[in-house]
Amino acid sequence: MSGRTRPRPAAAGGPRAWARDLAMGMRFAAGGGREGWTRTLLTALGVGLGVTLLLAAASLPTLLENRTVRREAVAPAETERPVPPSPRTLVQAPLETAFRSEPVRGQLLRPDGARPPLPPGVTALPGPDQMVLSPALRKLLHSPEGALLRPRLPFKDVGTIGPAGLVGPGDLAYYAGSATLTPENGGHRIRAFGVTRAPEPLDAKLLAVLIVGCVVLLMPVALFIATAVRFGGERRDRRLAALRLIGADARMTRRTAAGEALFGALCGLLVGTVLFLVGRQFADRITFWDIIAFPSDVTPVPWLAALVAAAVPLAAVAVTLLALRRVGIEPLGVVRSGGGRRRRLWWRLPFPAAGIALLLLNGGIEGSRSTAGPFLIGGGAALFLLGVALLLPWAVDATVSRLSGGPVPWQLAVRRLQLSGGTAARAVSGITVAVAGAIALQLLFSAIQSDYLKVTGQDSSRAQLQSTLPSHDIGTIRKTISAFRETEGVRGVIATIEASASRPGPLRKGETFAPSTQVTVGDCATLRELARTGPCKDGDVFVVKDAGGQVEGSYIDETARPGATVDFAFHDGPDGAGKRPRLWTVPRSARTVESRKDPMGQDSFGLFATPGALDPALLEEPMARAMIQLAPGVLDAVEHARNTAAGISPLMSVRALRDTVRDGQYTSVRTGLGVAAGATLALIAASMLVTMVEQLRERRRLLSVLVAFGTRRATLAWSVLWQTAVPVVLGLALALSGGLALGLALLRMAGTAGLDWSVVWPLPAAGAALIAVVTLLSLPPLWRMMRPEGLRTE
Amino acid sequence: MTPEGSLLAAEGLRKAYGPTPALDGADFSIHPGEVVAVMGPSGSGKSTLLHCLAGIIRPDSGTVRYGPHTLTDLSDTHRSALRRTDFGFVFQFGQLVPELTCLENVALPLRLNATRRKAAEHRARDWLERLEVDDVAAKRPGEISGGQGQRVAVARALAPQPRVVFADEPTGALDSLNGERVLTLLTDAARDTSAAVVLVTHEARVAAYADREIVVRDGRVKDMAGRI
Amino acid sequence: MSIGHTLLGLLESGPRHGYDLKRAFDEHFGQDRPLHYGQVYSTMSRLLKNGLVEVDGVEAGAGPERKRYAITDAGVTDVAQWLARPEKPEPYLQSTLYTKVVLALMTGRDAAELLDGQRTEHLRLMRGLTERKRSGDLADQLICDHALFHLEADLRWLELTAARLDKLAAAVRG
Repeated sequence: MSGRTRPRPAAAGGPRAWARDLAMGMRFAAGGGREGWTRTLLTALGVGLGVTLLLAAASLPTLLENRTVRREAVAPAETERPVPPSPRTLVQAPLETAFRSEPVRGQLLRPDGARPPLPPGVTALPGPDQMVLSPALRKLLHSPEGALLRPRLPFKDVGTIGPAGLVGPGDLAYYAGSATLTPENGGHRIRAFGVTRAPEPLDAKLLAVLIVGCVVLLMPVALFIATAVRFGGERRDRRLAALRLIGADARMTRRTAAGEALFGALCGLLVGTVLFLVGRQFADRITFWDIIAFPSDVTPVPWLAALVAAAVPLAAVAVTLLALRRVGIEPLGVVRSGGGRRRRLWWRLPFPAAGIALLLLNGGIEGSRSTAGPFLIGGGAALFLLGVALLLPWAVDATVSRLSGGPVPWQLAVRRLQLSGGTAARAVSGITVAVAGAIALQLLFSAIQSDYLKVTGQDSSRAQLQSTLPSHDIGTIRKTISAFRETEGVRGVIATIEASASRPGPLRKGETFAPSTQVTVGDCATLRELARTGPCKDGDVFVVKDAGGQVEGSYIDETARPGATVDFAFHDGPDGAGKRPRLWTVPRSARTVESRKDPMGQDSFGLFATPGALDPALLEEPMARAMIQLAPGVLDAVEHARNTAAGISPLMSVRALRDTVRDGQYTSVRTGLGVAAGATLALIAASMLVTMVEQLRERRRLLSVLVAFGTRRATLAWSVLWQTAVPVVLGLALALSGGLALGLALLRMAGTAGLDWSVVWPLPAAGAALIAVVTLLSLPPLWRMMRPEGLRTE
Repeated sequence: MTPEGSLLAAEGLRKAYGPTPALDGADFSIHPGEVVAVMGPSGSGKSTLLHCLAGIIRPDSGTVRYGPHTLTDLSDTHRSALRRTDFGFVFQFGQLVPELTCLENVALPLRLNATRRKAAEHRARDWLERLEVDDVAAKRPGEISGGQGQRVAVARALAPQPRVVFADEPTGALDSLNGERVLTLLTDAARDTSAAVVLVTHEARVAAYADREIVVRDGRVKDMAGRI
Repeated sequence: MSIGHTLLGLLESGPRHGYDLKRAFDEHFGQDRPLHYGQVYSTMSRLLKNGLVEVDGVEAGAGPERKRYAITDAGVTDVAQWLARPEKPEPYLQSTLYTKVVLALMTGRDAAELLDGQRTEHLRLMRGLTERKRSGDLADQLICDHALFHLEADLRWLELTAARLDKLAAAVRG
């Protein structure tokens, strides 16, 4: 009992005191009546949204890994030597096609015996003219638009490929059976499915982009969680003041507040986990990051999930304690030292400076041997962006304290900001960091994008598709070309039949093989695309010199010479010596012309003949190439052309001509960052809206009073707008300068100097648009709170 | 049956929040320069009557006449304008804009009436002096006492020289001494400018500052003057 | 009210003549009932006898009013004791107002009417007192406040009674 006689300092600060006060705070949060619950709910929802996003991000490595593993598992095993047939082998050929922009991945299979290897996800091989297919492909085939694809897959549906054989639920894949496929007619004999490829190391520049991207996207989420923990903080402070009144000391109240935040954060963790678990069930219905994922693939990497679970509650406690640093909770009320103490610049500046220093410490990321240290680059970018977030309250304070005058709405807004600039700054810190990071990222991206853009030399204005025919049979070739010509939406076909010709007769001195040249047979329209023929009529022959300069004209002259005789038969092979020559004499009237790049960007040379001059039947093993010109404006002309090709041979591929191709890694990094940036911005908008509505709710009575003495709605609306706009403009200005600084540092690392302003402006614009939307959305609550009901005293 | 010469008169006001009627056929009238106390137990509809009279809310039925206007027929915009120019308000608490200085608070209604900033603040300072609180002009409401705050609020209500001042429990949060001073200043200033004062209170000592009192009970008004 | 203690208290600030005492008393406490000179002198002679005051001096001229009185140490102690002694609270358990209310109810008259009438009357008086307070000096204000608070207490009882009328009516008739 003696302990009762003298008041003991309740908070010695030991772990027991911590545990007791945190527990008390959690009880308050859980049992704080309606108001307490509203607060906890808001925090839990906010933190929950953030946690969902973090868990989704933590699942990306698993997702990508699983997809890669399955993609490799379905590829035919690679062998160094030809595989002899046995009961355990099969013959396989890829059936690559595409439907609109979606690739359709197929394999033609023919077992050699009773126990062929099975591709993953397939329980029995389809018989001849049968197929097993992915659910997505089946759905597409049965849909009205799939009608265009159906002619390409003239097989009987006998089964479904299981998830183990699919990269994702959206995968368009099938296996078709064949009775005729042999290694001789395009097949490939294998013993098993599945390859293992050493992972391709990510290019240093791209890795840097990826690291910075992760930081840029996750920093606002972290800030959002920090903001969510402080939802309803002002009201809670008043409640804590009552706690002081009954004898709690300042440290106890702070820890109790931390306990409340902890409870909210734990609820948020729970909400986030539930949202994530529920959300991932829909992963197979949502196209995210250009792919659709199996729910089971959306599984966080365990240590990352553990990190999230540990960091969020810890951050909640830390943020609360930090926030209360400037708030004195006294027994009779809450004293905010915000007005009295000026925010200092000196401890904020080192953060961005240290960030830049870390980045520069990493050194250049240019060239193949440079490295991108995740900790240096990620840490540097994170420190820099954190610095931007820290500079913002100071910048808002420093600017707002100099503002005065102006009309009533402006005055109301400015005065409010002068009194509580911190709250305003906090609300926009998320968008500031997001925009600053995005600017830096975009700058880096646009500067390096030319590195990842290859000019193919193809000219898609001259022809849009190209196809190579696997058949050497001249009848089939002719049939194919005329089939393409008759296809719907095809304007023209540049079709060539190609073979080679050599000089007949014995080898001369110094020769190891007979000089040979290329022979191209095509109509005048086709030849005009390949050479500067001048006037041309059927029956003409041309000797074409390589304008590309790769082959000497004199070498071509050895065979392709007007009046010379050439031999189309091969004599190089094992049975070559005894072959009957296929002789043909080049007409004396043949004109010598220069070659021209074809739509594929290639030069052809040698003998060019029209069908009237040279019968292609004379050629040995002719190859046919077709470049197809599509009629502009005919929908799905590409699909019709592909159907035509498939009708002739399932192994015939049709590819689109592209002027440029982006590096695949580059493209996936870019789309990924783009989509994630959208999600982050939406999250920030939600947080701003909550903050704004909460601020309005706290001022409900004041708003009603202002309305009572006749304040126009427009006046209040403008004041709300200014109140948002001033910190936002400051935030965006800071984001612009910070983003440029970080971007320039990254550009320096990448060894690129170009500063592309056109990629910078859209970001502040997007930020500004976001603010407009938030203000607009906060107007209905404002109208509602301006009702006279707020005057009634409770 | 608007009494002759009245400045503000209401007839048959009815207003219900949900199923419970707050006003159930209330009549009221006030003359220029008159101070009328509105008394009654809590929940009797005193504040609702004041809100209807001031045009803050529109009654379900009944009319409020102010001079040539029928408030109950005016649009919200018109009523707002009228409140800015002709009415002043004092509430029990929480009425000063916390981020504005006291001077700016008093100048606010003037500025809402498009008075220029300099002129508005000059006049606001006169009223602060008159209410003996010119020393807090540069302070924010959070830094002054409740009594000072209420005087600032009275100064704000009177600064635009309204024809009617609506005061809803203006001394409810003050101690007796401060309350009496505020009432004296309010009624004196109102008499000097011959503004009418509608004084909602449940305290008899406060009502004793009025020229006459009415009692609201169960949403109806009992005019005690009629009894004498 | 103890006139003896009041006069002693007035003397504490300094010696006074008898007529001074009467004037001071009337000014501060006698608004409604001024003292007679006779009351002053009879009281002073009693205080002299008890040794609580002494004659400080006599001015030239005749008459008891020329005497100047001063308080003794015993007198100061006596005043202190009197001020420290709590007054017995006076509950108005059987006031006329209460009787009227109960009777009104028993005879089936409208008690609310009675209450409203009484309020009007009370307020009329209170308005007068408030007016006097506004124009008067500190003494006026103090005495008026005293009355105002008592009248307000009456009215608050009236309000409470009005609120309880239904219950009261049931109790009286039942």
